[in-house]
Parts: sequence; C-alpha cells; structure tokens
Amino acid sequence: MKTITHHIPDALLAAYAAGTLPYAYEMVVAAHVSMCDACRADLAAHEAVGGAVLEDTASTAVSADLKSNLMDLLDMPFETRSAPTRKGIYPGPIAEALKGKAPRWRPLGGGVRQDILDAGPEGSARLLFIPPGMAVPDHSHNGLELTLVLQGSFSDDAGEFGVGDVEVADQEVDHIPTAGPDVPCICLAATDAPLKFNSWLPRLLQPVFRI
Amino acid sequence: MIAVRDNRDRAAFASLFDYFAPRLKGFIMRTGTGSGQAEEIVQEVMLTVWNKSDLFDPGRAQVSSWIYQIARNRQIDKIRKENRALPEELQMEEETEPDAGQVLGLQQEADRLKDAIRNLKPEQREMIEKAYLGELTHQEIKQQTGLPLGTIKSRIRLGLERLRHELKHIR
Repeated sequence: MKTITHHIPDALLAAYAAGTLPYAYEMVVAAHVSMCDACRADLAAHEAVGGAVLEDTASTAVSADLKSNLMDLLDMPFETRSAPTRKGIYPGPIAEALKGKAPRWRPLGGGVRQDILDAGPEGSARLLFIPPGMAVPDHSHNGLELTLVLQGSFSDDAGEFGVGDVEVADQEVDHIPTAGPDVPCICLAATDAPLKFNSWLPRLLQPVFRI
Repeated sequence: MIAVRDNRDRAAFASLFDYFAPRLKGFIMRTGTGSGQAEEIVQEVMLTVWNKSDLFDPGRAQVSSWIYQIARNRQIDKIRKENRALPEELQMEEETEPDAGQVLGLQQEADRLKDAIRNLKPEQREMIEKAYLGELTHQEIKQQTGLPLGTIKSRIRLGLERLRHELKHIR
C-alpha cells in the first residue's frame, strides 16, 4: 500500500485538539487521523499540551455533594458515545456521518457525483465521486478547502494525492483535480464557505446544487 | 489511573477526582460556562473516565491529556448541533503490559513540556492557554506557538508503533 505523504497541517491538529474547528473540517481531521498514525501521534502531542494547560488551570471549588453523588453513580450504567468504526472505504467519522448507509450520489455533470454530508453557515462537507481520468470543474474557493482521498487518487498543480492524503488548498489556488486513470476517485471535501466556479454554467447551477 | 483501570479501585478514583475535578471546573468555566453546567460536565467527564478506563494507554497519553480530550468531546457534544467527529479508537488487548520504559519516557517528555510552558513569557503563555482552551480559531493558531513539540511527538509515535506491533502479534 502506498504510504501517506500529504498530512494535516499542525495548526489544524492543534485546533482540532482544542475543539475549535467547524464540523466539516473536524470530519476530515478525524478521518485522516483514523488512517495515519503519524498524525494520530501528533494530535496526541497537542492533547498533551491541552492536558498541561488543564493541570495549570486555577482550580474552582466544586460543591460538596458532587463527589458523593458521583461515587454513587459508579455502579450505574452510564451511556458513553463509542468511537465510530470503519465501513468499507469510509473511515469511522465518515461512516458515522453517512449513518451507516451507502452515499446517495447526485450528478454534478461530466460523470462527477456528490453527496453532501453537512452544509451549514460554518462550512460544508461532501463526498465527491470522480470517474477515472475526469476532472472536477475548475474552481477556487473562499477560505480553505481540505480534500481527503478515500479511494483511487487525483492530481492537480500541487501534486498527486492517493488514499489517506489530504490536500490543503487556500483561496489563491485555482485547481483542477483530475482523477487517476484506474479507478474512480472518491474523496471527502470540506470548505468553510461555498465554492466558486470559474465558468458560467456551474456558477448558474451552484445555488441549485448547493456546492 | 492504572489502579482505576485494572483494579476498579474506588479510592484511586476518588483521588483522581480530588485532583482533576476542581481544575476541570475552572477550565470549563473559563470558556463561559456557568457553575452549575460546568459541574454537570465535570460529572460526565469523570464518569467517562471510570467507564472507559480500558481505553487509557499510558504508553501514548498522560492522564491529563486523556481527560482534556474527554472534556473537549463532552463540551462540544453539549453545545453544538452536530456531535464532534471522532477518530476511530485503537482497541487494546486486555493482557497488554504497558512498556515501563515507554511510560517513563513519555512521562519525562510531558514534564519537559510542562516546564517549557511555565517558562514562556507571560504573553506567550497566555496565547497557549487561549489556544488550547478553544478561544482561538485555526487561522489564529497558525503562527508558530514556539513550543518544542518534536520530541514528545516522536515519543508518542514510538508508543503507537509498539501497540501496533503487539496487536499484530496477537491476531
């Protein structure tokens, strides 16, 4: 298996640890960490800083009965959220967003399909399906776009991206991601703003498809 | 923490509570949460610590980092519409003995990190606190924090490699 060469930037790992990322970016970080031990370790290092900050935080007295109540609750069943598990090519956090189902693909033109997993004022996350050798329409975007490859590969001006790789593209990048020749490329793309397309037709369709 | 995990030791859990609960409460209240709700979160965090202690791996994390991460998860799930997106968990085998050298090595790195934070200039230290309390956006964190994270990163990677190696042996 090809090793992962494009990782999550450190500032994003720190922000993930601190819990300040919008859900769409969080999904990309959590999915990549599920696939990449190097980033899993780096994230743990940021959590170690968080732990150190927590230990040095000024204490605030807790009310007297909190402890006794808590000790009484230890034998009671307690519902915790379990970490998500992988399903096929979809890492846990993406499988969770899909609610365990297969993606519901909608055509975007040129054989490219998408499934919007999350869209809100804070950003959007969607799965993209790009047939072998096809390209996603030329687009630039407001803010930052993170693209994580789940199957196949794509390439653009910034290089080649295989399974597990993340492309981090800021608004200056005008890129045309083209899928590799062998299998359809499936990736998760997250932005903190709607995409802008550079030709008029996709631009016209943009409000309709919410991309 | 190991006594809590392996022996379900209540006295050990009570001392964990005495150490962490007031700090957690102070920590959670700094992000603007009221006292009552903060205690509710403290309670849920400590219950998670008790119930999920089998996931604690001293070769990869300090107790404080593990609790920090649980507190973050709880807070986000509480205040946001979407649950926090979490990575898959690496399941540990019950019989896995923690590697003493690795645990000690990580402990030393964590102590070094704490010293490094304490020795920062006050304004730098405040930036670190703000960042990890969740008061800065990722764009704001982008400027280098100046913390030497390289060695603790490689130490944790080592712990992770050992775990992967052991898992391979067992299966």
